Amino acid sequence: MFNYAVRRILQSIPILFIVLTLVFLIVRILPGDPAVAALGDYASKEAVNALREKMGLNAPLWLQYIRFISDLFRGDFGISAITGYPVSTQIIRVLPYTLELTFSAILLGYIFGVPLGISAAIRRNTFIDYFNRIFSLIGLSVPAFYLGILLILVFSIKFPLFPVVGGGDITNLSDNLRHLFLPALSLALIMTAYITRMTRSSILDILREDYVRTARSKGVADRIVLYKHVLRNALIPIVALGGLYAVVLIGSSVMVEIVFSRPGLGKLMVGAIKQRDYTTLQSVMVLYTVIVVVINLVTDLVYKLIDPRIKYD
Amino acid sequence: MPTEMTQRQRMWSAFMRNRTALVGGVLALLVVLVAIFAPFISPFDPLEQDSYFRLMGGSSKHWLGTDDFGRDVLSRIIWGSRVSLLIGAISVALGMLAGTAMGMVAGYFRGKLESLIMRSVDILMCFPDLILAIAVTAALGSNLFNLIITIGIVMTPRFARLAHGSLLSLKESEYVLAAQAIGVKAPRIIVRHIFPNIFGELLVAGTLWIGVAIRLEANLAFIGLGVQPPTPTWGNMIREGVDVLINAPGISVYSGLSILITILSFNLLGDGIRDMIDPKLRGE
Repeated sequence: MFNYAVRRILQSIPILFIVLTLVFLIVRILPGDPAVAALGDYASKEAVNALREKMGLNAPLWLQYIRFISDLFRGDFGISAITGYPVSTQIIRVLPYTLELTFSAILLGYIFGVPLGISAAIRRNTFIDYFNRIFSLIGLSVPAFYLGILLILVFSIKFPLFPVVGGGDITNLSDNLRHLFLPALSLALIMTAYITRMTRSSILDILREDYVRTARSKGVADRIVLYKHVLRNALIPIVALGGLYAVVLIGSSVMVEIVFSRPGLGKLMVGAIKQRDYTTLQSVMVLYTVIVVVINLVTDLVYKLIDPRIKYD
Repeated sequence: MPTEMTQRQRMWSAFMRNRTALVGGVLALLVVLVAIFAPFISPFDPLEQDSYFRLMGGSSKHWLGTDDFGRDVLSRIIWGSRVSLLIGAISVALGMLAGTAMGMVAGYFRGKLESLIMRSVDILMCFPDLILAIAVTAALGSNLFNLIITIGIVMTPRFARLAHGSLLSLKESEYVLAAQAIGVKAPRIIVRHIFPNIFGELLVAGTLWIGVAIRLEANLAFIGLGVQPPTPTWGNMIREGVDVLINAPGISVYSGLSILITILSFNLLGDGIRDMIDPKLRGE
């Protein structure tokens, strides 16, 4: 297993490199000159050119690329031409908010989704099952930002229980959680819907298998059949597909951050695009893709861990 | 009087018996009809402003109220359906075309070509949908045509993966081997023998992913990267509604509800079609 993990991690590196290159290229084909964006439309040509020189934009593309990669490895994300602050400072300030939002949503999705899916599967075609399926379907159809707005309407405006905007003080736990609750709920409800659905269909598929029928006809108690045979096998596709959906959820988290005006990478990214702050945009996109590659990696490793049929060659 | 039902009749009867699919199909049809006949059923001109009646709630004149410029919300929602459905349907069609072609070619010819295509797909899928869409929109611009291209680009890798996987599983089937044995050329095999068998899966995926495309468009519009105002789109309307959320929640609520119902109908329809064509499930 350890060898496989190392190999898998090494495999991710070339992918990461290509993804970084893609980010580099995308940012450079965006319209508009970052120097003009920083200085304004009425700046003199000399001033613009001086800033371009300083930002390294007049250098040939391959040189910019080499600087980009080497800077990244030294952890130097550059200085934003718009705000004047180092990008890494901005990112470090908002990263915890994004991380706690996405991971709590993913976690809650599994914690609630799997049991709900199991109960729907074993009580098939009963009221509980139909109820679950309707809720799951609605949960999959609702855009995350709309759900956020509805939650604000009910829990912040109608009944002033939770703050509407902001992220709160990250060091103060209760303040942090109060600001985290509604945004995380918006994402978690959708993740739960997705996991419930997948769990239900995965378990139903397994229940049809011969080995389950054999175990039950042997007289093994239903509960033991469920835990020993069904769940272990059902979890495999749930983990794999859940990891895939986690990536979608990262996209949705951008919307939720905007709706709740919550500090985070998403808000930083959208702001960077609007202000043509390409230094910040570049770094934020790099970070997002790194998170995705890590999630894919973890998903793959967990998947291999729980599937007893895989041999680690 | 025929006593045996044809394949088509059996599938249609299964569809009718599947109530959720029926509901989805009817709802989706309704939304499409609303979009097509918008000029005829819209009570007001969606751009017509009425300064005396701003931010009114529902009334007999304006069923869903008016927005900050005095424009009728119901009319704007009706016209907004055009943008969402147009972008949703055409971008998925484009993605299906491009992605399926790529996936099938990769799966059939294997080797270096397959590596190149599927690795590119893997790389593209390292970007969350929305983030890729935002980046490409920022590069191409946010008008209707370019939005369709953008979302089409985002949908392409999904179809490529689906087509690739399906083709791989069918490639060793007997009828394919037989066709190869008698000397049928590769393009003909792909088009005439393999494609009809993966068409069902593609149809299900396409229907379900129209919902994804519509949601992406709404997301972009909400950020301000969608079709620009004053054109009514559901995402735009939610954004404008948020500013007046306390006084006139209806604007955001109703336009969001339209998105929800539309995506829901395509999800129901897609599920229904999937149940229909899966022979394992039809027996139950």
